[in-house]
Amino acid sequence: MDRVKIGTCWLDGCSGCHMSLLDIDEGIVAVLRKADIVFGPLVDAQEWPEGVDVAVIEGAVSSQADLALAQTARARSRIVVALGDCAVTGNVPSMRNGIPVRSLLERVYVEGASAQPGVPTDGVPALLKHAQPLHESIKVDVHVPGCPPKPNAILLVLSELLEGRTPDPGSKLRFG
Amino acid sequence: MTRITIDHVTRIEGHGRITIQLDDMGKVCDARFHVTQIRGFEKFTEGRPYYEMPSITSRICGICPVSHLLASVKACDEIMAVRVPSAAAKLRELLHCAQIVQSHALSFFHLSAPDLLLGMDADPARRNIAGLLEEHPDALRDGIALRKFGQQTIERLARERVHPSWTVPGGVNAPLDPQAREKTLAELPAAAAVVQRTLAMWKKTVDGFPNEIDAFSNFPTMYLGLVGPDGALRLYDGNLRFVGSDGAIVADQIRPQDYASYIGEASLPDSYLKAPYYRPAGYPDGIYRVGPLARLNVADRCGTPDADAELAEFRERYGRIVQSGFHYHYARLIEATYALERMQQLLDDPAILDTKVRAHAGVNSSEGIGVIEAPRGTLIHHYRVDDNGAITWANLIVATGHNNLAIGRGVLQVAQRFVDGNKIQEGALNRVSALVRAYDPCLSCSTHALGLVPLVLELRGPDGQVLDELATP
Ligand code: SF4
Repeated sequence: MDRVKIGTCWLDGCSGCHMSLLDIDEGIVAVLRKADIVFGPLVDAQEWPEGVDVAVIEGAVSSQADLALAQTARARSRIVVALGDCAVTGNVPSMRNGIPVRSLLERVYVEGASAQPGVPTDGVPALLKHAQPLHESIKVDVHVPGCPPKPNAILLVLSELLEGRTPDPGSKLRFG
Repeated sequence: MTRITIDHVTRIEGHGRITIQLDDMGKVCDARFHVTQIRGFEKFTEGRPYYEMPSITSRICGICPVSHLLASVKACDEIMAVRVPSAAAKLRELLHCAQIVQSHALSFFHLSAPDLLLGMDADPARRNIAGLLEEHPDALRDGIALRKFGQQTIERLARERVHPSWTVPGGVNAPLDPQAREKTLAELPAAAAVVQRTLAMWKKTVDGFPNEIDAFSNFPTMYLGLVGPDGALRLYDGNLRFVGSDGAIVADQIRPQDYASYIGEASLPDSYLKAPYYRPAGYPDGIYRVGPLARLNVADRCGTPDADAELAEFRERYGRIVQSGFHYHYARLIEATYALERMQQLLDDPAILDTKVRAHAGVNSSEGIGVIEAPRGTLIHHYRVDDNGAITWANLIVATGHNNLAIGRGVLQVAQRFVDGNKIQEGALNRVSALVRAYDPCLSCSTHALGLVPLVLELRGPDGQVLDELATP
């Protein structure tokens, strides 16, 4: 069987879901024996490559940069996994949704500065009005809730996908 | 400069970005480090009850959630105006040390060892943990084992590895299980052996990077860290100390409650990460650094035998104040030594099993400030509440923020040394990223957002047009 190509990324999340993925500990060695990680925070890939088998996405879609990356990952990957409550529901990032973006930025960069007050605009992506769950931006094939999902649930999902099956993480999962 | 279009930001993860500016001769004349995400925890926590803050703010960062939990519960302790029972303070420090170990293991092994062991110019397709698995399987296994030891200790104490709810305002919500103590004590020697092996290896390897040592943020700055009353290294609790680049103490024994008189924050036009500075010196002259290297520069000593022996050797090799940012790696290993020794001391103390671990109280103060030394440096949580305990104002200053100015200047220094204006070499590019990696910046924390530093580098001509672009994590 061909080696499976996995890409991972985080959008508006805390990286805790990626940490939970690393918390499969030695399991990562087993995964690396069967799969290549072709994109993600642990490897030096330049951009999301074509022909990815499994895209694992953490975090909500919160900025234009998040949206574009999610769309690229979707277009170039066979299966998209929404990893964690932020990707599945919006979770903590969406706590900002009741607040106008402008007042959020002004609180941090104008009121919250003792020198050079001003909202950054040069070379930084604009925020979307709302931080949204992944499935509102792109089609998601597998939802893995949890904040973060337990390592054994992540390992189960990855193992099933590596074997070419669609995982049913059911009993191993819960929100929060 | 022409405006950077969204496409450039989004072709990769787009959380961090570096732009390099060339002069007419094609030489690097400016370089900027941009952080490209913002979440706004300071704003959206307004109105929440203070006791929710630990579990909300730990969602700032999954790499060091324990740091945010602890800074947050310390701020909440002050709002309740309680003294935390001594066993609870010990347990929090123990949890914190376990986190230092796992986070330093992640930084050294999973993130930087591919550069350090496979080489800065190694094939980028293999310059990662898979490449390590092929060429240095023992080092990778050591890294996985050390990180696992830290994470498992956190799980044993707090029941979850990421985002546990065990630490609470007033203490912790359950005493130490004697079995967890036994198991952790039994595993400590193996973890210490990993750190010793790695230090021995690194001491033989480090001087093979003379150019990196020379050009990775190798310039004078002040340093900030927490110290005890005796000037020794402190991670969980202590007072702030600033030292100058010559080792002279600039300000000492500053109570965390007075941080705002010493630390100002500047907004930057091109980054979502603000730049803190030493307030009496103003912006940007008040540049200082935090984190493992800064803590070792700030402290008189570590206060545990093996770490002190390592620190003495480190100072013997590189001087009392070690300036090169490349030595954050070495400093991280010395701190891991300290954290493991400290865990042993804490666990050896029978008082840590005391079952009085939580003080209960309501709102007794309208303000609370919690400061700790997170793996990446000083972390400050500052809350104000109304009479009902609802947050009216919050400010968070995270470790990577303090290093923002130094990372920015370091990027310029390393780009000037390695980047050829006519064509970007991948290895040169990787060195610019490796400089950033040496700081182990947590962009999750830093913008209360994201990421392990995926970067886009752009080379711009004098008129601002983009000449070349390469992306890298
Ligand atoms: S689901 Fe939880 S652990 Fe995962 S990114 Fe969101 S806040 Fe972090």
